[in-house]
Amino acid sequence: MSALLEVDALSKHYPLRRGVLAPALTLRALDQVSFRLEAGRTLAVVGESGSGKSTLARQLCFLETPTEGDVRLDGTPLASADRATLKRLRPQVQMVFQNPYASLNPRKRISALLEEPLAINTTLGASGRRSRALAMLERVGLSAEQAQRYPHMFSGGQRQRIAIARALMSSPRVVIADEPVSALDVSVQAQVLNLLMDLQAERELTYVFISHNLAVVEHIADEVLVMYLGHVVEQAERATLFARPRHPYTQALLAATPRLGQPAPANPARGEAPSLLAAQQGCAYAGRCPHAEARCREEVPRLRELEGTRVACHFAERISATASSGTPAR
Amino acid sequence: MSLLEVRNLTVQFGPRERPVIAVEGLDLELDAGEVLGLVGESGSGKSVASLALMGLLAPQARVSADVMRYDGRDLQALSARERRALLGREIAMVFQDPHASLDPCFSVGDQLMETLAAHHGGPRAKLREQALDLLRQVEIPDPEARLKAYPHQLSGGMSQRVGIALAIAGNARLLIADEPTTALDVTVQAQIVALLLRLQRERGMGLILISHDLALVSQLAHRVLVLYAGQEMEQGPVPALFEAPRHPYTEALLRALPEHNRGAARLQALPGNVPAADARPAACLFSPRCPHAQARCHAERPALEGPGDARVRCFFPLADAQRHPLGAPA
Repeated sequence: MSALLEVDALSKHYPLRRGVLAPALTLRALDQVSFRLEAGRTLAVVGESGSGKSTLARQLCFLETPTEGDVRLDGTPLASADRATLKRLRPQVQMVFQNPYASLNPRKRISALLEEPLAINTTLGASGRRSRALAMLERVGLSAEQAQRYPHMFSGGQRQRIAIARALMSSPRVVIADEPVSALDVSVQAQVLNLLMDLQAERELTYVFISHNLAVVEHIADEVLVMYLGHVVEQAERATLFARPRHPYTQALLAATPRLGQPAPANPARGEAPSLLAAQQGCAYAGRCPHAEARCREEVPRLRELEGTRVACHFAERISATASSGTPAR
Repeated sequence: MSLLEVRNLTVQFGPRERPVIAVEGLDLELDAGEVLGLVGESGSGKSVASLALMGLLAPQARVSADVMRYDGRDLQALSARERRALLGREIAMVFQDPHASLDPCFSVGDQLMETLAAHHGGPRAKLREQALDLLRQVEIPDPEARLKAYPHQLSGGMSQRVGIALAIAGNARLLIADEPTTALDVTVQAQIVALLLRLQRERGMGLILISHDLALVSQLAHRVLVLYAGQEMEQGPVPALFEAPRHPYTEALLRALPEHNRGAARLQALPGNVPAADARPAACLFSPRCPHAQARCHAERPALEGPGDARVRCFFPLADAQRHPLGAPA
């Protein structure tokens, strides 16, 4: 099976202007990220604030132009694509955002929000657009009568259903969901996750699912990509990653995630992610890593294959052999 | 004698003839050294209840209670002066958003020293020493330098540590923490949780932990109170409440968690939404969504039944045989 989405050494750097005379700084939000995702699968992207998850999402949707590297959608490279190609491909990659209170235009009726992608991307007439929008609204669990209402008349969970409906209006193949359930209550979160999984099965959707919630990721993902300060530190199939986390950061994340009925970790991982602007040498995680040695502070670890896992750590063999604290009991 | 005793706390907003009831008939007891978890979804009234205790609600909120006693003193009978001497000092609060709860215009040291001066006054050099000591107690590295830092120069985790330092500056005996880690990354959350627990144990504080995160609460609390639409649904000790919930709402919340659905394609979602404050049924608040509801549940509101530390508001509390087996948590 060939990959639907191929990401090749993707980097995104933002210049930061600090004043007229001060030298410009570069914020390296995303550094040399590569992965392949096959059609119909769900890749979860995991990491804390500043890890580059949302920057990655924006590059995948071609909302921004990457500084280096490329994204290939079904073999078509996007960095060198002309405007006509991009316009043709845009409907195939759609996004669902975290905050359903901010991502829906408060001045537009739900029907207008859902019909807009069709007006832009198809030649459908008004009645055709209307019937497609109503059908989609019913598919995500709302009623056709609600189409004439405004976003403020809906709860958070209902708004996220509307946002999902809007993303699906252009019949995308890839959906990028950036923390789609983080703003929702537990009971509503389960409804929306079920909807996403049902829609994936029905429409053979490919998901890039960005989340900081490992319990949700463990439920929904086929494979998991762990990011830290713009770098991929580990990638593996879901079961492999949760059973045998290789990178010390992945181990720390798993250990820190609260689990029902288990005591809080007595010695949680220390420190916080440093600023992306801080000068970096060697491994980005070295400053917090309990296993760091001199080599970690000098040499950037390359992402490499280790028994089915891709991991960026010089000492992954040794660490994963000794560490058990990060592994949830199964 | 309990450290805190509250009977029939009710908080209303809006016009008297058509009030919006945010908290209805809430009873709370807390002993010194005890951790009580207050759990509920958005709109359950958990934050409003804590703000009412702290006297921090806007004047248009109508707060009433039969009993509101702290350490034997009637909070409602206190003069404004006595109230100020108690609240913020012996009864203190840690807020959700650490950046919003610090003043951006003043340095950390200024804010700590202002608080200490208000509590007990003293010469400036002595206040500075005490501020430094507080920063050490909340495990802030390089406290001398942090004293001069402004809130925007601090990470979320550091800001929350300062928030905790401010809360314990008056030697709090009762600490109310409202979603203290919700805005933080998971590895930082684990650090803040460990810090809160250490301070609570060392100082023998009573701690009310407000959270929507059931797993987090299960790790910290001795006893948990489950709120739904402004009313207590169930209260019980940990881990019994999580292992054998008696209210169908508690059970449904737990079953919706991804970790209780390992290997299942779909999550066991709770249908529907929390009723809005102006659209609550006169009968059992949970009856419209309850899978076990019977005719009586749709006709009248059940009372809380059972002893104080294990009570449930349900006509038909779940017996062991009825309860859906929960998948074994990890």
